[in-house]
Amino acid sequence: MSEWLARLSEFAAMGGDGAHVWSAYGITLAAMLWNIWSAGRRHRRSLERAGRDGSVGAERPARTPKVRQVQ
Amino acid sequence: MKLPVWFHRFGSPPYVYGLAGRLGPWLGAAAGVLLAVGAVWGLAVAPPDYLQGEVYRIIYIHPQTAYVGMLAYVVLAVAAGIGYIWRLKLAHAVAVAAAPIGASFTFCALATGAIWGAPTWGTFWEWGDPRIMFELLLLFLFLGYLALRAAFEERDKADRVSAILGVVGVVNVPIIHYSVIWWNTLHQGPTVSRLDSPAMTLDMLIPFLIMVLAFTLLFAWLLLNRLRAEIVEREMGARWVRQLVAEAGA
Repeated sequence: MSEWLARLSEFAAMGGDGAHVWSAYGITLAAMLWNIWSAGRRHRRSLERAGRDGSVGAERPARTPKVRQVQ
Repeated sequence: MKLPVWFHRFGSPPYVYGLAGRLGPWLGAAAGVLLAVGAVWGLAVAPPDYLQGEVYRIIYIHPQTAYVGMLAYVVLAVAAGIGYIWRLKLAHAVAVAAAPIGASFTFCALATGAIWGAPTWGTFWEWGDPRIMFELLLLFLFLGYLALRAAFEERDKADRVSAILGVVGVVNVPIIHYSVIWWNTLHQGPTVSRLDSPAMTLDMLIPFLIMVLAFTLLFAWLLLNRLRAEIVEREMGARWVRQLVAEAGA
């Protein structure tokens, strides 16, 4: 057990560069998680808003064609 | 020339929304597995570098984050250009979805590069290094694109004005790539792209390439996630969105 812990500790130390290596990986992991979380939150909020808007019977007005009529 | 039907479908928001929803989980799962394999291989299995020791292991994330930043900008520029020329709203949605992903990964590239630079170059930051400066410019282009969009209340106008910045800014991407060849910099020259004689041994190169593939899939997944949110935002009030909400609520 103690040998295993020693090996784990050695791995975490990364030959004295542990602070550099793990902080770099930590920043990248944080960016990944932020991207996943923020996209999910925005999607959820958009659907919630669409649900609220839809509940009062709002519907996007039909587009008016921008083509001029030929005489 | 007549375009095939499947091509036209990519202009339909409900079709792309559904396709993104179906593809997303597969891309996310593949990216997750490859990230785990690449990270374990790179951190625990690959041998230490004879010169840099263990700190070189940042190589399994730093070039990949920089690559995703540049890839995101190319996607942004191409989509913005298509949206501007053909007035395709979905193309603008793709450009908008790519911007925050690109900004966050470009920030990661700068941060991980600074962390790597401290023990190897003896400095976190070097103002005279062209690659660092053009990478910083890329971050400002992403932030500028997002800020410019936020300055307009009308979405159509924001799409068209920001598309110009998006397209013009793409010139920065090849400059970043070739900066190590064109100028003397602290950065090393091409390592992996020298296919005749890569400057990495195979046991370091394989996890490196796995991480490149993993980050590419991750980018695709994140892009689809953001695109789905952007489509719902733009299609607010459309019948298919109301049906979608009703089905989700049921």
